[in-house]
Amino acid sequence: MSLYAFIGALETGLAFALVALGAYLTFRVLDFPDLTVEGSFPLGAAVAAKLMVSGFDAWTATLIAALVGSLAGFATAFLNLKLRILHILAGILTAIALYSVNLRIMGRPNIGLINMTTVYTPFERLGIPSLYAPIVLLTIVVVVAKILVDLFLGTGFGLAMRAAGANPRMAQANGIQVGRMIVIGLGMANGLTALSGALFAQMLGAADVSMGIGVIVVALAAVIGGTALMPSRIVYMLTLACVLGSILYRIALALALSSDAIGLTASDVNVVTAVLVAIALWVPVRRSAFGRQRSALK
Amino acid sequence: MIRVENLGIIFNRGTALENRALHDINLSIAAAEFVTVIGSNGAGKSTLLNLLAGEMSPGSGRILIDDIELTTWPVYRRSRLLARMFQDPRVGICEDMSIIENIAIASGRTAPRGFHFAITNELRQMAVDRLSMLNLGLEKRLHDRVALLSGGQRQALALVMATLGSTKVLLLDEHTAALDPAAAEVVMDLTRTIVGKFGITTVMVTHSMRQALEFGSRTIMLHHGQIILDISGADRASTSVDQLVKMFQRKEGAEISDDNLLLA
Repeated sequence: MSLYAFIGALETGLAFALVALGAYLTFRVLDFPDLTVEGSFPLGAAVAAKLMVSGFDAWTATLIAALVGSLAGFATAFLNLKLRILHILAGILTAIALYSVNLRIMGRPNIGLINMTTVYTPFERLGIPSLYAPIVLLTIVVVVAKILVDLFLGTGFGLAMRAAGANPRMAQANGIQVGRMIVIGLGMANGLTALSGALFAQMLGAADVSMGIGVIVVALAAVIGGTALMPSRIVYMLTLACVLGSILYRIALALALSSDAIGLTASDVNVVTAVLVAIALWVPVRRSAFGRQRSALK
Repeated sequence: MIRVENLGIIFNRGTALENRALHDINLSIAAAEFVTVIGSNGAGKSTLLNLLAGEMSPGSGRILIDDIELTTWPVYRRSRLLARMFQDPRVGICEDMSIIENIAIASGRTAPRGFHFAITNELRQMAVDRLSMLNLGLEKRLHDRVALLSGGQRQALALVMATLGSTKVLLLDEHTAALDPAAAEVVMDLTRTIVGKFGITTVMVTHSMRQALEFGSRTIMLHHGQIILDISGADRASTSVDQLVKMFQRKEGAEISDDNLLLA
């Protein structure tokens, strides 16, 4: 693997670490498999790109994109809680609707951002080589986001959200409004996802309406793979596992694709991802099956 | 303290399975009173408890606590006034969280939850104080996951969680039925001690006639959704388990025969 491919894997992994943190909140904390991210990721990219070409400052555009992303989460929560639509289906509905919304926002299938002043530009001006500028900024953003998620989950409100996901009946009996926790959790997760989309588009130099395809699987690969590699019960270790999982996934993917011996090309990304996620899902199953066998022998 | 007026609920109304689970129940429970509720399967014990907790809404009647009508309040809103313990030791706690985290969640029941850290030194001190009342050594295991505790220890923890803060009413839904006899006895003794210490008004559903008379200050028997016996004071003190079983059998007639073993 070339240095260039490694840097590419690292920065993509960091950008998607934000999606992974969001997926940790939905899949693991709330036990709500949220597929909205397939739409909220390109939504973040579309909103940021449209605002930037309309003359907004890159940071303002990025922050507005994140806020608009949380609205997508609220929409899914509404479908699930008020219309009683199955959680997975609610997310799919929002995501499919967002495809059209994103086209409306951009007015065309993609917006180029090459030669625009992006959030990465100030770092390049500081003398950081343009190859490394995204890594520096993304590392800062991801570390801050991770710490904020950790701190949030340690507050009374965050504990209530964890209880709402882990044991809704107990949560309600303790005065927690489970529905409200789902609304807020989905809002946070999709805000993080849209932020990731906005940062990713600026790194890539374009926002594209189809850039959301497979985001959910990538996020799952990071959360499930990361926590399978670093099993823990402690929140800040689990969020760290999600961030590292996102980076390791990209590196594993880059290695698989760059190895001439295996003979895979870029078009094989999806099948490699599916295999990696399947392995990550199977590891904990195998572990517990092994545990059962051992206890049966006693 | 608790006032129940003309409470009724009908399941599967208008179908062949129509069942009047509770029929025109009137009940007044004084502050700090400990009421035990008995009755056969389907008598309406659990339904009464579910209606009080807010997990079901009644077809007719009103429920008041401290003269506040909460007939239509959802579960989370009632939880400020009343706490509940479940039969299944897994329902009342979060298994994947630590003891102190569970206590932090429960302490948010009667006090507002904020964006400050949930686990403070103050909370830790309060948790140690309350847990040491159990004499189970849980106060030394604040950061252990609840999944590591036995059923009896979990119910003891759930009891501490249900009696935190300004809780006024405690609902116990056969909370020792899933435990082995030794653990059940420990949890029952703890229940008596803690409920007495904080003067919490308690309604306990039980299957055991012995428990029904041994604990609390008043016993109610339900049959086909109606209160058929309500004893307290000297009447109750002079009632033996045998007499209660006989009363029960007279009401139940032949249908009870299979339950005889359970009641002993």
